Amino acid sequence: MRAARVLAGSHFVVSAAAAARDAAPALPVFDPVSAPADAIVGLATLVLAITAGIFVVVVVVLVTSIVRFRRRPGDDGSEPPQVYGSDQIELAWTVLPILVVFVLSLVTARTIYAVQGAAEPPGALEVTVVGHQWWWEIRYPALGITTANELHVPVSEGAEPTATFLDLESADVAHSFWVPRLAGKTDLLPNRRNRMWIAPREPGLYVGQCAEFCGTQHAHMLLRVVVHPRADFDRWVAAQREPASVDPTGAAGRRVFETTACINCHSVRGTVATGRFGPDLTHLASRDTIAAGAAAMDRASLRAWIEDPDRVKPGALMPAMKLEPARVDALVDYLMTLR
Amino acid sequence: MALSPPTVAAAHPAAGRIPLLGLLHEWVVTVDHKRLGLMYIGSGLLFFVVAGLEATILRLQLAVPGNALVPPQTFNQLMTLHGTTMVFFVGMPILLGFANYLVPLMIGARDMAFPRLNAFSFWMSLFGGLLLYSSLLAAEGLYGGSAAPDVGWFAYAPLTSRAFSRGNSTDYWNLALLVSGIGSIGTAINLIATTLCLRCRGMTLAKMPLYVWINFVVASLILVAISPLTAAQIMLLLDRFLGAHFFDTQAGGSAVLWQHFFWIFGHPEVYVLMLPGFAFASEIIPVFSRKVIFGYPVMVAATVSIAFIGLSVWAHHMFVVGMAPAANSFFAISTMLVAVPTGIKIFNWIATMWGGKIRFATPMLFCTAFLFQFLCAGLTGIMLACAPFDWQLSDSYFVVAHFHYVLVGSLLFTIFGAIYYWFPKATGRLLDETLGRWHFWLLVIGFNLTFLPQHFAGLAGMPRRIYTYEAGRGFEIWNQISSTGVIFQAAAIGCFLVNVARALFRGPPAGDDPWDGWTLEWSTTSPPPAYNFETPPEVRSRRPLWDQKHPGDPDWRYE
Amino acid sequence: MSAATLPLAPEWRLPDRGRVGILGLIVAESAIFTIFVVAYLYYLGKSLAGPTPREVLHLPVLVSILLWSSSATVHLAVRALRAAKLQSFTRWWFLTIVLGSLFLAGTGREWYRLITEEGLTIRTNLFGTTFYSLVGLHASHVIVGLVMLTTVFLLALGGHVKATHAGRAEVLSLYWHFVDAVWVVVFTVVYVVGR
Repeated sequence: MRAARVLAGSHFVVSAAAAARDAAPALPVFDPVSAPADAIVGLATLVLAITAGIFVVVVVVLVTSIVRFRRRPGDDGSEPPQVYGSDQIELAWTVLPILVVFVLSLVTARTIYAVQGAAEPPGALEVTVVGHQWWWEIRYPALGITTANELHVPVSEGAEPTATFLDLESADVAHSFWVPRLAGKTDLLPNRRNRMWIAPREPGLYVGQCAEFCGTQHAHMLLRVVVHPRADFDRWVAAQREPASVDPTGAAGRRVFETTACINCHSVRGTVATGRFGPDLTHLASRDTIAAGAAAMDRASLRAWIEDPDRVKPGALMPAMKLEPARVDALVDYLMTLR
Repeated sequence: MALSPPTVAAAHPAAGRIPLLGLLHEWVVTVDHKRLGLMYIGSGLLFFVVAGLEATILRLQLAVPGNALVPPQTFNQLMTLHGTTMVFFVGMPILLGFANYLVPLMIGARDMAFPRLNAFSFWMSLFGGLLLYSSLLAAEGLYGGSAAPDVGWFAYAPLTSRAFSRGNSTDYWNLALLVSGIGSIGTAINLIATTLCLRCRGMTLAKMPLYVWINFVVASLILVAISPLTAAQIMLLLDRFLGAHFFDTQAGGSAVLWQHFFWIFGHPEVYVLMLPGFAFASEIIPVFSRKVIFGYPVMVAATVSIAFIGLSVWAHHMFVVGMAPAANSFFAISTMLVAVPTGIKIFNWIATMWGGKIRFATPMLFCTAFLFQFLCAGLTGIMLACAPFDWQLSDSYFVVAHFHYVLVGSLLFTIFGAIYYWFPKATGRLLDETLGRWHFWLLVIGFNLTFLPQHFAGLAGMPRRIYTYEAGRGFEIWNQISSTGVIFQAAAIGCFLVNVARALFRGPPAGDDPWDGWTLEWSTTSPPPAYNFETPPEVRSRRPLWDQKHPGDPDWRYE
Repeated sequence: MSAATLPLAPEWRLPDRGRVGILGLIVAESAIFTIFVVAYLYYLGKSLAGPTPREVLHLPVLVSILLWSSSATVHLAVRALRAAKLQSFTRWWFLTIVLGSLFLAGTGREWYRLITEEGLTIRTNLFGTTFYSLVGLHASHVIVGLVMLTTVFLLALGGHVKATHAGRAEVLSLYWHFVDAVWVVVFTVVYVVGR
């Protein structure tokens, strides 16, 4: 009877915690959904437990010494016994910390090798992420897809675990790829290729952002990782592989796009736009945000962005093209068709 | 106001006609270690207020999401200036200033080994700071703002190359630190020569106060640690002005190389900053506990160990750079190892207090809070040493919280303890205890309000050096609490400044030895005469004044 | 100092501050040079284009011998000064300056050849960057040393240098020995290992 109630109680606590967690994870680092982040939480729990223990012991001794050995009022002013040291005590509190360090080192090294040395399973998805000031270029070389700022991956669960391996490069300065619920961060450095992997267990949206100061708009280099069930992911891939849609409502805007300097920086697959400096816009309208999360993907934001990028994201490298409002409207119409 | 009793009449001919001019002239040309020390500390405190104002603006900007108090360019300049100023123009000068003042007195010497080099080093240090801030007056051109540097205090390549850092803002950063670095190396050479060559009779190395030992180790560290930064900065200078390719990734150069060179400097630098704080605590805690420091030889050994091991841990700042597992493991282990001698020191301080008769005057209040806060700092340091955990925490507000617990919660607290402790010696007047208590408690509250929540902001996913953040990410509550702490800290510093100003003019006379201390500086007048000691002292133990006050039970029987 | 009588303390001898000071400077300078050497070694073979060490560097045997000999001459100069042989001191000291200057001239000639004939400058490639900065850093230390040596030489000519200054002359000679020792490292790294 009591056992059942205890079980029920604990179940309630766990599901309440889960509900609270699902609402908005307060500390994403401690809410992992992917193997590297799991391993980190394991190590973190150990080190937190050890440091908490050390904290309690030292604080208790410190507080005791403060309380017990303060000078009392009415003290005669004599000096207390002078204790110069004790070899045994020094030995004890040298050996104990060394043992703690020994244990922690072993667990740490094991975790390092487990994460960094993980062999790439067959069937893993390969993605190349290139950092730019201040957006993410995301390429799927084997699938022929190039997109920006949103990383779509398949869920990695039970029957068909599908890890995603990322090659990290940079086109300019140092950046860092950090989505706390999925893995630790790894830097994107020019002239160097770094590698990391994720294996998310649950579909959903996971946010992160650049974690290495990269200039003026470092704060607005946001990352959205969308984890799809397998079938959904295949559908997403198929849609992304299509060249840009040809929608008559966007015809006028397309002419503006292709006769202004837009094509120098941007690519739209299936058109004459093959610029590489800025994000690929082939399926811009399929994304949630623009300007690496600085604004939502909607008409108003697009309009504001094209009119004056510096007003939306001060310091952004896209120049204001100073087009007449009618041409900007047409452009927005065109871009909205690029689903 | 003169801070030493009138010595030789000012030699400048104008002095008689314009007393202020004569006074200024005396201070500008001085080579007296005490005056230089006070100028170091004074200029350091001035920069402290400036850097504190910078931090205030940062915290106001970050108090709410999507704030527009300052544009991103300005924010990035402020955070760069804040970090650079605090490390190089507040921390180093104040600590080297104290060493300048105290080391010759504590070893019974008349001055430092090279008084003119001393003066040269001070002015180089000051000019470096002025050069950095002169950038505010220069126009940048691209954004129209000032030319203050905006690349972060560690100025990673290739963000600092000509391509990504147009104008001269980075050059101000580079040159200011090159100049002040020369000053630091000069003072380090001076401290080493003074410690080795000018000790009074009977004071073997084993009988020096711990303060002198620790500063000797710090000076040695400066020699081998500042130099790599100087070298890297020369390389950056060559890259930016002569088209060299040290950090030019387009030419096959390596961005990681800058990081290695910077952190080979940067990590020992934090020990250069923290160890003198330990030195203050090692003098203050015994005197106010009325007990000799527990385990003097072990404290010396621990200091030397920290310095040596600390030279081998630098890449723990680079765990996320993509080094091989073997390298990551090595640096994780060496970083955890340095926690051992550091922990030993904490235990020895507590053992000193244990069994004592602790008097909680203001210096001791600050040192006690230091013990609590440094414990926290050290423990979060162990967490960061576990490299995989660091892969989450690096470059986030967790690290910001950690190093502010070290540099503010530990170092700044011991600096204030030291100021309250030695102010009477330098000026002959006591600071007010009541104001001191207000200063202390306001700072404890304000400091912890600001920096404790930042641990959680980091765990929530907030990176460092962002000028704003979106609502709904879970950062808001931590930032709000963090920013409220600023009010308390500002009030605390206000109390401190008022305390100093009042005490300088109206403080009660302190006498030679207001705290019943045991080291040589308390055996001379407050303030000491220009020549420090009437007759050169001779010592027989680590606490010469204890031997004097307790002739029947002198220390040299037990050491 | 203490009320009780101190036993007669043994003689209290501490190191000479000049020597300690210059050794401190040498330690700091060594750290700076070490970083440049590390950069040189790290970038060996990593230049994307342009001349390579093997193609353009010739072993600078003569100038190295000249420089290292100047260590011997400065040592002899200090010894002479300690023995109060002022003329001998002045001559050996002057020879040191000459040898150092010849080294600099040789370096200058090498650089001239590299720049005008081989097209190697500091901005040509990684090799050019690391070569000129490392060898240049050393050369600048030679120049500073020569300035100090010349200053003392001029003072000696004016009759201001006495045997009592032997300690200071020795401190200066320690700096000069350091400069020569650095050349051993630079020579090995750049002209032997690097090629």
